[in-house]
Amino acid sequence: MAVEQPQAQAMARAGEQTRIHDIGYRSYDGPRLGRAYARRSLYSQSLRGAYGLGRSAKSKVLPMLLFVVMCVPALIMVAVAVTTKANDLPVDYTRYAVIMQAMISLYVASQAPQSVSRDLRFKTVPLYFSRPIETADYVRAKYAALASALFILTAAPLLVLYVGALLAKLDFTDQTKGFAQGLVSVALLSLLFAGIGLVIAAVTPRRGFGIAAVIAVLTISYGAVSTLQAIADAQTNTEAVPWIGLFSPITLIDGVQTAFLGASSSFPGAVGPGTGEGVVYALVVLGLIAASYGLLMRRYRKVGL
Amino acid sequence: MYDPTVARLTYRALLGRRRALILGALPLLLIVISVAVRGFSGADDQVAADVLGGFALATMVPIIGVIAGTGAIGPEIDDGSVVYLLSKPVKRPTIIFTKLIVAIAVTMVFSAVPTLVAGLILNGNGQQIAVAYTVAALVASIAYAAVFLLLGTVTRHAVVFGLVYALVWEALFGSLVSGARTLSVQQWALAVAQKVAGGDLVTSDVGLPTAVILLAAVTAGATWYAGQKLRTLKLAGEE
Repeated sequence: MAVEQPQAQAMARAGEQTRIHDIGYRSYDGPRLGRAYARRSLYSQSLRGAYGLGRSAKSKVLPMLLFVVMCVPALIMVAVAVTTKANDLPVDYTRYAVIMQAMISLYVASQAPQSVSRDLRFKTVPLYFSRPIETADYVRAKYAALASALFILTAAPLLVLYVGALLAKLDFTDQTKGFAQGLVSVALLSLLFAGIGLVIAAVTPRRGFGIAAVIAVLTISYGAVSTLQAIADAQTNTEAVPWIGLFSPITLIDGVQTAFLGASSSFPGAVGPGTGEGVVYALVVLGLIAASYGLLMRRYRKVGL
Repeated sequence: MYDPTVARLTYRALLGRRRALILGALPLLLIVISVAVRGFSGADDQVAADVLGGFALATMVPIIGVIAGTGAIGPEIDDGSVVYLLSKPVKRPTIIFTKLIVAIAVTMVFSAVPTLVAGLILNGNGQQIAVAYTVAALVASIAYAAVFLLLGTVTRHAVVFGLVYALVWEALFGSLVSGARTLSVQQWALAVAQKVAGGDLVTSDVGLPTAVILLAAVTAGATWYAGQKLRTLKLAGEE
């Protein structure tokens, strides 16, 4: 005790001499915009980023190009329908996305990794979570942004077709019904593709690898399924065709819209699923969307990564 | 022209981590499909040609080529660590050539071997179909690896452009515009396969001499130009 005494006294003396000078820093007392605002900002930034807005000119090229390529066939079809005074559009609203699936896959593959992989690579995810947003907000904002971007990509040509069909004086109720069915189908497609793309892209910080992995999953599964379907059809094993279709995203959407949205199937032999099988299709689609959301939540539960 | 250290590093970059997973998953899927098809329909030459031509050569080989070709150099340029390689007293064309050899080897192992196995499962090499498509996969591996390696040095978005070529040009345009098929690695490889198979199950739109000349020209040209690109490589910042 006796030894410590002088030390304590010295500290007390030092304490008397120390001052904290007020050099005029002020704390922020303006409005705090909070969690919902941060989430909205993240959503709009991600959505803009998916089309390269707010990024360099080079990153605008690919999404814009894909968008144009998606719309040009629709414009041509409309032009043909108007000039030839056809009674119907050359392609159903629901069929359009199935025909253009290569573009949609490329878009998901190129934009899903840019949305999440770069955050992982530059370790900005912990910075997001130091703001008021939480895991669920980040996941929802990113998921919603990519799904919206995909919806814009797939719905724009349908809108072109619809406007063109009205200009060509095709039957209004008929076209509106087809357009609405097409919109429901591309909304489902957007949710499904965005979910699959984000889950794969969120695994890797490497953008190039993310692109390859997403495109591999989307096209390889389609290649495998369509090859098997063609063989099953050639073997006159037609009841197997719809069941094989369950194993790739685009054939899932095709099946759902054939069963419930009045589409004609693009399966070989045009044998789509009936209502019973259609329920299975719808359940698988909804299950996959829920599963990708769950997986993303699980992926971002640990912030340190 | 061949540097073992560069080769070792490239092998590790290509086969390490998760890249090997996706490289291994595709051939596995092909074999699973072949087993399923064989169980479905028995041995049938037409079916075997459909599966090998439609799935193995048209989808699997290009994607593996993209992953191996761009993966051999793309990530290094992307994260800037290629500077450490370039600052060593190794000639740039040597680096490209070594990486090309590695990319070709990886593409061949992961595409031609499973094609052969799948062909044997499907119809036990009836009418030489398995061997023909294996030769096609081998030939295509060389050209794809060279082209995609070049893409890796030219652009940061090599994977996207590689996939656009493989999926949009070869698959989509190739099926719509017959002229596009003349400029397609897949058709050149098929021309070689046609010669091997001899029957009418494997057909190509390109004659064999044209195909061989174009294959050689594209491979050599892409390799040479990639070496030139690497000599004047600028490291750009992340966009």
